[in-house]
Amino acid sequence: MTQEAAFTATIEKDQRIEPRDWMPDGYRKTMIRQIAQHAHSEIIGMQPEGAWITRAPSLRRKAILLAKVQDEAGHGLYLYSAAETLGADRGDLTRRLIEGRQKYSSIFNYPTLTFADVGVIGWLVDGAAICNQVPLCRSSFGPYARAMIRICKEESFHQRQGYELLMTMMRGTEAQRDMVQDAVNRWWWPSLMMFGPPDAESPNTAQSMAWKIKRHTNDELRQRFVDMSVPQASALGVTLPDPDLRWNPEREHHDFGEIDWSELKRVISGDGPLNAERIEHRRRADEDGEWVRSAAAAHAAKKQGVRG
Amino acid sequence: MSFDDAYQALTDHDDDARWAYGTGFADPLAGVPTALPDGVDHADLAAYCLMIGDDALIMSHRLQQWVTRAPELEDEMAIANIGLDLLGQARLLLTRAGEAEGGGRGEDDLAYLRDPQDFRHVRLAERADADFAHLVARLLVFATWRLALLDRLSASGDPVLAAIGAKGVKEVAYHRDYAAGWVVRLGDGTELSHRRMQAAVDAVWPLIGELFEAHPVELRLVGVAVDPSLLRAEFDGVLAEVLRVATLHAPGPGAGPGPSSAGDSSAGDGSAGDGPVRGRDGFHTDELGEILDEMQGLARATPGGVW
Repeated sequence: MTQEAAFTATIEKDQRIEPRDWMPDGYRKTMIRQIAQHAHSEIIGMQPEGAWITRAPSLRRKAILLAKVQDEAGHGLYLYSAAETLGADRGDLTRRLIEGRQKYSSIFNYPTLTFADVGVIGWLVDGAAICNQVPLCRSSFGPYARAMIRICKEESFHQRQGYELLMTMMRGTEAQRDMVQDAVNRWWWPSLMMFGPPDAESPNTAQSMAWKIKRHTNDELRQRFVDMSVPQASALGVTLPDPDLRWNPEREHHDFGEIDWSELKRVISGDGPLNAERIEHRRRADEDGEWVRSAAAAHAAKKQGVRG
Repeated sequence: MSFDDAYQALTDHDDDARWAYGTGFADPLAGVPTALPDGVDHADLAAYCLMIGDDALIMSHRLQQWVTRAPELEDEMAIANIGLDLLGQARLLLTRAGEAEGGGRGEDDLAYLRDPQDFRHVRLAERADADFAHLVARLLVFATWRLALLDRLSASGDPVLAAIGAKGVKEVAYHRDYAAGWVVRLGDGTELSHRRMQAAVDAVWPLIGELFEAHPVELRLVGVAVDPSLLRAEFDGVLAEVLRVATLHAPGPGAGPGPSSAGDSSAGDGSAGDGPVRGRDGFHTDELGEILDEMQGLARATPGGVW
């Protein structure tokens, strides 16, 4: 059997490709890009919520938020490690991020204006991420699939914590309830955009589905997210900002309004509210840390020399 | 409310394996009697809990400010972890302070509704870090001192303080190890890192004297509180060893730790307990005002809010 036939047979049997297995160049490149974008999203995603750690209004919420942002650093760390099993290098991937040559999830280019945003990010953004990521636990690339299992477990914890914060705030003052509704209004549509362009305009989907590194189309996952979120919004007592949102008994799904795809394109292409700030923050941290990493490398080299 | 498919796939098991870290977190106060011990002055006990609780709360705040700015992802994890440990210690200690006080104040009342002059932490905790070397120098000093303190606190006559001390020892041993590792790497790294690490050690040195000045409250709480002047020898030994391995030197006479320190002479010799003891008596720098503006702003701006 040729190497390519063995690869294809492995995929067809729903078994995993491991780092030392032969794989087509296109598969390797696509996996590196997919994993790196996911890792970048975790690291950039620390910023919008990280900004509220020092300002959290109770010590319990502070501890929850700090632990969550720490989890995101951990997700980034093992995703970069998964990419490294394919021959990528973490430092190089970070450079690609800060030079704008690799993308991250556009959702993190929106600002977190109030503490309710922390809850809504947990509920909607992490909820959408879970819908996207649960199928990736069955990705054909072994290290990524295994990383996703752990990540999804933690994301589902974050999602519940976010929802619980919103539930608590909705039982609070009128001002707090307004804060929650305002945050829902601002995050609902960007959350729907997290699933990517409509299937008709998603050129890579077919190949990715064939390689089993993508298991459902963008529109399927988006629909699933809408159907899950509607009863949750109603239990919470908030209104989702879409006048066209209603149950369709024939489809047995919710219909929803047209997404502003021009906004998604604008934010992806770098013109979102905070693209420049997010990258600049990451670039500065990388630059400020350079002397520290050099020192660690120099120290390690000295120790190596001593041990001979 | 139905959690459909995606969530179901993660959460429809009955076992705890669905949580990445399990659910076996031990309550450090499980089974510990929380009644205030006999013969202890409640106001003194409350004041003491605030002292070592505020140390942890304010130090944690400074660590939180590093999140998303660390030099490497492993350090993001470590710094957040240390910040979380100290925040956890602060919550237990502020809660105990509220219990001892007997006025119904909880951890959030104490953290969010006190003014700067009512905070009781040492000034080491509030100092901003100019760079990563300053952070690890300050953390080394803080953790070395606190580890010695918590170790003795685990034998406190107050069972709650003893339990908090025992829990904290395991945590702060790691904090000290983490900081010492970086002080050594930076001290014995490149020429640039050596210079910066030495500058950071020099900058933190004048703040050390205060850590060992016994406060009257600490001296009155015999068998309950720890007399910090007894921690000096252990602290000096650890610092000397770390600095030696890091190829750094302790700042010269007049600034260094040790009983002959002239740099801290204005604070008295630390043994009488009646000199001006700075942070412990509510004397702070302007930096605390900035910290509290950030930490307390939202909580104070939403009266009646529930979080």
